[in-house]
Amino acid sequence: MNELQTIREQSMTALITRRFFKHKLASLAIAVLAILVLASVFANFTRFSPMQQNPTNNFQQPNATHWFGTDELGRDVFSRILYGGRVSLTVGLFSTFFSILLGVIVGALSGYFGGWLDSALMRVTDAFLTFPTIFVLIILGAFLREQQLFILQNSVFVVIIIIATLSWMWPARLVRGLFLVLREKEFVSASVALGGSSARIIMKHILPNCIGPILVSGTLQMASAIITESGLSYLGFGVQPPTPTWGSILSTAQNQVFRAPWLAFYPGVMIFITVMAINYIGDGLRDAFDPYVIHTEKQ
Amino acid sequence: MQTYALRRVLQTIPILFIISILLFLMVRAAPGGPLTAARRNPNISKEQIEAIEEKLGLNDPLPVQYGRWLGGLLQGDLGESIKFRRPVSDMIAERIPNTLILVGASFLVTLLVAVPIGIWSARKPYSFFDYAVTTITFIGQAIPVYWLGLGLIIIFYVTLKNPITDLPLFPVGGMNTRGKEGDILDTLWHLVLPVTALSLGWIAWYSRFLRSSMLDVMHQDYIRTARAKGLTERWVYYKHALQNAILPLVTLIALDLPSLFAGALFVETIFSWPGMGRLFWDAAKGRDYPVLLGVVMITAVLIIVCNILADLAYGWLDPQIKYE
Repeated sequence: MNELQTIREQSMTALITRRFFKHKLASLAIAVLAILVLASVFANFTRFSPMQQNPTNNFQQPNATHWFGTDELGRDVFSRILYGGRVSLTVGLFSTFFSILLGVIVGALSGYFGGWLDSALMRVTDAFLTFPTIFVLIILGAFLREQQLFILQNSVFVVIIIIATLSWMWPARLVRGLFLVLREKEFVSASVALGGSSARIIMKHILPNCIGPILVSGTLQMASAIITESGLSYLGFGVQPPTPTWGSILSTAQNQVFRAPWLAFYPGVMIFITVMAINYIGDGLRDAFDPYVIHTEKQ
Repeated sequence: MQTYALRRVLQTIPILFIISILLFLMVRAAPGGPLTAARRNPNISKEQIEAIEEKLGLNDPLPVQYGRWLGGLLQGDLGESIKFRRPVSDMIAERIPNTLILVGASFLVTLLVAVPIGIWSARKPYSFFDYAVTTITFIGQAIPVYWLGLGLIIIFYVTLKNPITDLPLFPVGGMNTRGKEGDILDTLWHLVLPVTALSLGWIAWYSRFLRSSMLDVMHQDYIRTARAKGLTERWVYYKHALQNAILPLVTLIALDLPSLFAGALFVETIFSWPGMGRLFWDAAKGRDYPVLLGVVMITAVLIIVCNILADLAYGWLDPQIKYE
């Protein structure tokens, strides 16, 4: 029994992988994202430290030594961008993870049990959806900026948590919808008849069938988390200086548009490339999982 | 229809209630307070700070403070700005029209551009035009609004100049040139860059959505029926297909409203547009709680009202839906 299962699972994964890599742009996007991740991970091998100031050497145009030039304090922009990538990618990945986790829990409970639990959870979800998220992020960010409390010192962690807290509603709705459809299926009735507990049915039977749509919505979440984090840092309410982030680099560049307009180019283009790559990966995943999606939608 | 509208309005009450509690708790229970800056100021004594706290009621238990704030809210009183010593409702009332001008103009531009693009690219799917549009919309969706805004400033304000006067091509900052307040043409000129920054992403998103919606509809049985009846392809496309394909857009727009206001916040900040977003940003920097709470509450109400309108519009547009 177990052996059969593993073989089946492998072939499914292999099938999805094969379909995914048929999508040329998605394959390219994977490569681009891999390069970005590696560059950020190994950022400490760059020639300059992102914090090292050199005021006599400021506002250099991009050249052979300073590939992206230097900023108003003479810091090397290339190295700052790579270190900024660490923050953006970390925030993107982990806030997506937590938001999906929370969303799956809420959506699964809501969709599987229905009734008053569903109504209560969906009212809360609606309330969160009506929230103009960025406003709340800014309020929370404003606390962050002035507090010296222990937990708030690590502003990356706090930004991850607040982005996740304000973005779980989309996966929750998606998962709820999938559960509403799947819980009426014969294989669920079969498991109920065999005495399967709710937890078992949710975890073993229904959830594995939701993986595709969850992954696709995860890519959308990650792209928007990266845009949100950078935007928040750009407004001055995200990850706090001196930690370089794409958003805060862009924000300092804004004050220098007359002296050094090129400074505004790099952080933005990095956000843009990352988001494009993630979007194309999402597109590839959607295509790879497509037969399944059509399958559920029809019934 | 009227009962439905009434019921929808009543349904929003618990939602607004939840929002108000969450917001209030978040702002008040968080560490620090509106007097953080005053505490750091050596010229203000401890006794003075305590007196201010007592006067503002910051020492009362949280439920009491919430009750007082909610009571005021229900009477249209949003409290007084700590920084400007002015009623928050007045400050917001001054800014709302400006935000609505910006959001409304962007919305109009978005629809005027996105709908034709979506229709044309679905007309001949996988044609050169369609591929070009798909690529461009993918790009447009990935450009963050703040970077686009900054880029527009660099291109049209810093770099490009009017060759005759050597002045920047488009103005940046505010709604009017000094001395031209109330001049509509001048305001429109000031609107060009902010509206471009705000609309581009939405144009990309809606034209993509409309394209796939059109393609879905074109596979429906009633399209085949319409063709079988011998209707011209044009009539089938623009009458039967378009009417059905455009419906989901109404729901989508209602869902996207919070994001539209969020985008407006960035654009207002970048272009110094005197709207609610800008007010909010300034208040956040000064931790002016009553203003923060007021703006978020008003924005939430605006969004909910638009949602109800969208639902009602949906019922009006789609005869299949009957409200009881």
